[in-house]
Amino acid sequence: MSRYELRLAGDGGQGLVLAGLILAEAALNEGKNALMTQSYGAQARGGPSRSEVIISDGEIDYPKVLSANLLLALSQDALDRHGRNVAKDALILVDASEVERAMVEGMMRFPFVETSRKIMGSEVGAGMVALGTVVQLTGIVSHRSLFAAIRHRVPSGTEEMNRRAVQAGFKLAQQGGGAALHSQPALASRGQKGGR
Amino acid sequence: MLGNEAVAEGALAAGLGFYAGYPITPSSEIAEILSERLPQRGGVFLQMEDEISSLAAVIGASVGGAKAATATSGPGFSLMQENIGFAVATEVPCVIISVMRAGPSTGQPTSPSQGDVMQARWGTHGDHPIIVLTASSVAECFRVTVTAFNLAERYRTPVILLLDEVVGHLRERVEMPPLEAVTVVERARPTMPPEWYFPYDENEGDVPALAPFGEGYRFHITGLFHDRAGFPTLRLDEIQPWVERVFRKINTHLEDILRWEEEGTGDAEIVLVSYGGSARAARHAMKVARGQGKAVGFLKLITLWPFPEAAVRRLAGEVKKMVVVEMNRGQMLLEVERVVAGRSQVVGVNRADGELVHPNDILKALEG
Repeated sequence: MSRYELRLAGDGGQGLVLAGLILAEAALNEGKNALMTQSYGAQARGGPSRSEVIISDGEIDYPKVLSANLLLALSQDALDRHGRNVAKDALILVDASEVERAMVEGMMRFPFVETSRKIMGSEVGAGMVALGTVVQLTGIVSHRSLFAAIRHRVPSGTEEMNRRAVQAGFKLAQQGGGAALHSQPALASRGQKGGR
Repeated sequence: MLGNEAVAEGALAAGLGFYAGYPITPSSEIAEILSERLPQRGGVFLQMEDEISSLAAVIGASVGGAKAATATSGPGFSLMQENIGFAVATEVPCVIISVMRAGPSTGQPTSPSQGDVMQARWGTHGDHPIIVLTASSVAECFRVTVTAFNLAERYRTPVILLLDEVVGHLRERVEMPPLEAVTVVERARPTMPPEWYFPYDENEGDVPALAPFGEGYRFHITGLFHDRAGFPTLRLDEIQPWVERVFRKINTHLEDILRWEEEGTGDAEIVLVSYGGSARAARHAMKVARGQGKAVGFLKLITLWPFPEAAVRRLAGEVKKMVVVEMNRGQMLLEVERVVAGRSQVVGVNRADGELVHPNDILKALEG
């Protein structure tokens, strides 16, 4: 593995920055080199938000995603913005309820937001659920490293809830996700940026 | 560790005793961390009403004997310019950290830029010397922050640590050196009795000792041209030596102040010149180009001002082309062109839309 790039994109308040931070730390726990950046608007919640994690066995100079090996899109806007900038064999995971309109073939749909609502009462854990699915599908870090990073990084008192969210993510991956969304012509009237 | 966190750790390791600031993205983590850590070890953290008063408080604290710093970004950096000049004129050591974001004006608070390179050099009025440093990795943030404090104390001058959002908000692995391995410089203090002390006495050398207020050494501080005691003067025989000394104390110590790194420049036909976050893109591009068999080298600036002329001059005429990579419309490009003076081709790879330069744009500039 020379350089593996993950882009976790969605809306502010879905826990994507924390998920990226935990993934990067889990990779560091395993002695790999990892680097994480985040990008978000000026507001505290809402608006496009993303984190990017680059994992490598060697030095990482360029700190941003060049061509994502894995794209997680928790909003239609995130998919519209980043869906085309992926590697040829990239894994693309989208949220089953937030993303209605496909852009590329072979995307996998999972109910990340819905699962988060069940566990945490809001979409704040969607990133954490998705992180579990990402790790289960790619094996990029071990469960052990992942849980160590979660314990270290989540606010104290929320460890158990976050552990449950990640485990729900594992299970989603094992169930194989929903039917792949197939690409269809973009409909101008649906799923526009921030149109929810 | 986050870049901004490494800056805070570096400031603490260097002996920071006083911080005053007004939080602003993308520098806020520095204030956030220091607001907790600095008081824990007996230091003072003050949140001020704005950036003008922030730097004023920092200058006051430094005159009181503390190592003092503030952190900000573009809009706040603009407000600090007047007091940067005051610190230059009064020769008060302090560190001003500015994590550049896209601008002008409010710009885009969470997007990177290197648009303030010339502002850091010339933002305050009046001809003056200034030291400006930058960093391109989290580990370097720590090291260069310590250096910023050391140079400020050694040369009795404000030092600007000019970072960008790419580096300030970058998280990567960093091996922190043990504290005892960190070299920390303390400012010279007067040894003579108070009645013999002059804070601007050039007979005491180019960097006269600065006495902390409150220890019996009474002296005057003003932004007006002043005599050796610090009182305003109109006498040319006092003004001219002062002007010369303030420049000389920097310009005769360039070996200590100028820092840069070179990689593969020995056999290079093309050299990429960059700094800060852009240097990450440049180094990536250099490796790709070298992988394709191209003789490409890399010059990374750490000291931005005074401009490391020697590094560029040595390569001028030796290499076919120099490519200056920065997140602005070409600010250091002008300096490189000035020093190269036509002996090599000089081109810029510039981006000023709030995104980091893409390595492909650099690779394209290698052609032709």
